[in-house]
Amino acid sequence: MAEAAWAAIHLQNITKSFPGVLANDRVSLALRSGEVHALLGENGAGKTTLMNILYGLYRADAGEIWVKGRKVNIRSPRHALSLGIGMVHQHFKLVLPHTVAENVALGLSGTPFWAPTRAVARRLGDLSDRYGLPVDPDRRVWDLSAGEQQRVEILKALIRGAEVLVLDEPTSVLTPHEVGELLKVLGRMKAEGHAIVFISHKLDEVLEAADWVTVMRRGQVVGTVRAEETDKAALARMMVGREVVFRLTKKACTPGEAALVAEDLHVRSDRGSLALKGISLALCRGEILGVAGVAGNGQRELVEVLTGLRRAERGRVQVLGQDLTRASARRLSDSGVAHIPEERIRMGIVPGLSVEENLILKRHHRPPFCRGGILRLAAARRFAGQAIEEYRIQTPSARTPAKLLSGGNIQKLILARELSGSPALVIAAHPTYGLDVGATEQIRELLLRQRDAGAGILLVSEDLEEIMELADRIAVLFRGEIMGVVPAGEASLEEIGLMMAGERRAAAAAGGGR
Amino acid sequence: MKRLGPFVLERRLAPPRHVVFGVSLLAVVVALLLAALVFWAYGVSPVRAYSEIGRGTLGTVGGLSDIVRRAIPLILCGVGLTLSFRAQFWNIGAEGQLLAGAVAATGVALFVRVPDGFRLPLMFLAGFSAGAVWALIPALLRVKLRVNEVISTLMMNYIMAYIVEWLVHGPWKGPTMRGFAYTDMFPVAARLPYLTGTRIHWPTLVVGVAAAILVALLLARTRLGYEIRVVGQSPDAARYAGINFTTVLALALVVSGGLAALAGVGEVAGVHWRLRSPGHVSMGYGYTAIIVAWLARGSPLAAIFTALLFGLIFAAGDLMKTTLGLPFQITGVFNGLILFSLISSDLLMYWRVRLASKEKAWTGQAGS
Amino acid sequence: MDWTSWLVGTVSRALAFGVPLLWGTLGEIYAERSGIVNLGVEGMMILGAYAGFAVAQTYGHPGWGLLAAAAVGMVAALWHAFLTVTLRANQYVSGLALTLFGLGLAGLLGRGWEGRPLRAPLGSLAVPVLGDLPVLGPMLFRDQTVLTYLGIVAALVLWIVLFRTRWGIVVRSVGESPATADAVGIHVGLVRYLCVAVGGLLAGVGGGYLSVAYRPSWTEGMTAGMGWIVIALTIFASWNPLRAIWGAFFFGALYHLSFRLQAYVSPELLKMMPYAFAILVLAVSGFGGARRRGGAPGALGLPYVRGER
Repeated sequence: MAEAAWAAIHLQNITKSFPGVLANDRVSLALRSGEVHALLGENGAGKTTLMNILYGLYRADAGEIWVKGRKVNIRSPRHALSLGIGMVHQHFKLVLPHTVAENVALGLSGTPFWAPTRAVARRLGDLSDRYGLPVDPDRRVWDLSAGEQQRVEILKALIRGAEVLVLDEPTSVLTPHEVGELLKVLGRMKAEGHAIVFISHKLDEVLEAADWVTVMRRGQVVGTVRAEETDKAALARMMVGREVVFRLTKKACTPGEAALVAEDLHVRSDRGSLALKGISLALCRGEILGVAGVAGNGQRELVEVLTGLRRAERGRVQVLGQDLTRASARRLSDSGVAHIPEERIRMGIVPGLSVEENLILKRHHRPPFCRGGILRLAAARRFAGQAIEEYRIQTPSARTPAKLLSGGNIQKLILARELSGSPALVIAAHPTYGLDVGATEQIRELLLRQRDAGAGILLVSEDLEEIMELADRIAVLFRGEIMGVVPAGEASLEEIGLMMAGERRAAAAAGGGR
Repeated sequence: MKRLGPFVLERRLAPPRHVVFGVSLLAVVVALLLAALVFWAYGVSPVRAYSEIGRGTLGTVGGLSDIVRRAIPLILCGVGLTLSFRAQFWNIGAEGQLLAGAVAATGVALFVRVPDGFRLPLMFLAGFSAGAVWALIPALLRVKLRVNEVISTLMMNYIMAYIVEWLVHGPWKGPTMRGFAYTDMFPVAARLPYLTGTRIHWPTLVVGVAAAILVALLLARTRLGYEIRVVGQSPDAARYAGINFTTVLALALVVSGGLAALAGVGEVAGVHWRLRSPGHVSMGYGYTAIIVAWLARGSPLAAIFTALLFGLIFAAGDLMKTTLGLPFQITGVFNGLILFSLISSDLLMYWRVRLASKEKAWTGQAGS
Repeated sequence: MDWTSWLVGTVSRALAFGVPLLWGTLGEIYAERSGIVNLGVEGMMILGAYAGFAVAQTYGHPGWGLLAAAAVGMVAALWHAFLTVTLRANQYVSGLALTLFGLGLAGLLGRGWEGRPLRAPLGSLAVPVLGDLPVLGPMLFRDQTVLTYLGIVAALVLWIVLFRTRWGIVVRSVGESPATADAVGIHVGLVRYLCVAVGGLLAGVGGGYLSVAYRPSWTEGMTAGMGWIVIALTIFASWNPLRAIWGAFFFGALYHLSFRLQAYVSPELLKMMPYAFAILVLAVSGFGGARRRGGAPGALGLPYVRGER
């Protein structure tokens, strides 16, 4: 587009620091209409911070923002929207109990005072047709799938006249099929002259979706390149700052006795619907079974039912041959089931308690840490000293409150606690989500080491690369059912993608996975 | 991070102890300054009021003994409440639990046949149990039926107050008391001894201080204390760790309510020697104890000292009534002011002020 | 006693007694819908009752008294909003402090007025035509002050605003998910200030009604725990202004019955009834709504901080 030769948005030397972190260090970026500009980088590289500054959620400590050739000082999201800048956050900003129309009408200027949802529904219909984003305005958001919720978010931005749309990790919640749909929508938006920022840490998508790629690392821009003039390896090198080993060194797996046998599990979600519909799984000691799938297909319920946090409606769970179907969390933990929870800060630690107190969370009621109802603090301290050293937990001291640790160190603390008792079965949910490269590598190594030491590991993750890298076998969950189990060596990304979208693997092949 | 002239404000996640202490002290001082305005509005010079209070309470044995006498129920209720608050259970019901203890103790004092030597211990035991039950009900209602504990404990206060009212007007009304709504006087064996030369019923004081020490040990050194802290800080982590929420909360509330009830036992056995209408038995100790526990930041040992502070305020209230002609309601205003300035200061603890370095000052200016 | 006149009297008095509960509950519903719990209702009501009496007595007109009550309730609520929204103080403790302070201050200021009858009380309104109906007339339309009807109208209006207008979407969104509202440019703090202020205003009127209309006089502690019943009613009404009407008049009936039945049961035990019922009602609604937090706003009681890191 000829008239879009000048940049729609220019960010110049944006600097922003948080206590202890320089999140953005003199970052500059130019966005043009009719183009998709990918912002690529590891977690914590400063991509989201930069875009939050553009969207008026944070104020930059220094630097300038130019919109259509005018210097602006973006004070708030409302101001950003009035300048034609919209953003779809990674964690959707939607009011779940409200309807789609109510969500769109929220804070939307130009809606009538009385019965605003009716007017909004009409306008939504037009936009949906134009961009290929079908939604039902009267449905409540919590009844929508993640992909549908994302559509609502995009519509929210479009109806507010966003010419520049920032999408923060838009594909992390989508099936491969839905990713394709999203890319089509982005294509239409490009054609209508929108500028799109696509934040991601996944190389393949970036190459597929973007016209330009800007790579960030540790708060700085490493470089900006045209997507067609680069490749995966070059981008990865820019992103991590060194040659990337795409495979961990992994010994062949030597499965032992059955660590976990689950049969015909039926489990209800919090909202009362069946989240697991008759799942059967088997996992041996010394192997890693990856559970892939788009978020919200029953992973949470699977983890919870195996760790005693949720009751199975029907079915059986055996750990090391012992029937533990409706056992409590404590009984399972005492029987050698470790749990690395998804929500590490909300569930995995007690933020205000010290590192050493957190390290005994699961075993505070048993010797050597407790005798006759009295805590043995000396034993706890000794254990903490060992754990901090062995797992390289960076903390000022064992008595520091756990909430002061970084995300990676909190996760190491959790692993130290869960893995130290040589558990027979480890249930790990999203163990590296949101961690930086170094911590991610260390945690993956720890899991592999535990496998080699004879633990069976159930690895639930939305990161397909992680599952392909770590797992010995891969099971795919879709709407509470297992679409198939594939040995990792035979699995192709395409095949797993199809199963994630609900295509069942041929029965003969699935049999080989059991 | 915010910038104010040459200074930089930084957030911190865990304020060190001396900051907590300093800020709390500051809050109390600010409240006293605000209260000075109330004196002034009443036409009493604040300087005179405070010096009068200082002389009348801290300056005499009688005054000091008044402070301690007022502080005793506050220590017991306050220590109990620190335990509730550590479990993140908003127990506003210490007042009702205190009254429950007073009722049970009165029952034992007047209507149970026991040898004299056992009467007082039995009164304490019965009182503790009554308060424990009274506190256990809202705990179970919260766990089993999700009834908000703020409301249930408050309602239980009113219910217990009317039970006391009913008892002293009806079935327990003393035949020898003619028109008054009192029970009969306790027999001598049901009265607590005084510390010589004062009106401090020392056995309750000893129980209170011992309770503070034991609860501190319980929290720091026992499995139950650990579980209470986990449950209070992160219910999800407690569930994850397999801690039985119901049991832990129930035990915490049994102790919390029981201790508040011991305060009630002390009041009827050590001060009034009979059960009277609820407003006379308690003077709102159970409510004030909330501030005591809050100011102590959940530490049972610190609650001894904050209880003494509020004992002083109560004693000052008595004094102001007699010497300055100020109404007793002024203590309520006082307490409200202290609580207000205390919670306003909370945010303060999480900010650190330091001088900005030159280089940063420059970028800061460029940014704005 | 013949039962129609008993019924007429009971319903009429239940309505009258339910009025302060209704106003208070409507206010608390708005505060909580925006995400702020205000346990200071008792304090705001008693301050409203005091201010209403003092001003009506001084200026000789109940209207001024009610206006003053509303204003004082609002100022007290703004203080709570300042502490909880701006200073992000604990909402429970701030509300308790407001109640302690309000009871103390009203008691202190009101000492001179204690026990004197109000010279200009708010009279009952005889509704033309409807007031002449048999049974229904005396039951509903003869012995009520204008505040009974205004309260019901207010409930309707507040319901419509909450569920049928742009403002309502804003208020409910701020209470459910302040981050969402913030992200589309809504000033979360401002909305909360306004809702808490409206809440205080309504609670103030509720308090003023007590001293200016219901029992035209000033007594220390005359709200007698109604503020706490209001908190329970808010939950019982599932944060819905229309349901608040039924809840308030139900509790009004309970209060009234506790006077009416004194001939049979001791008065102290009867006075306990509303409080016991409040617990019971919460237990029953907890039983029914165990699956989903009973419709409570998602961000209730939580301070909002943008971009927490």
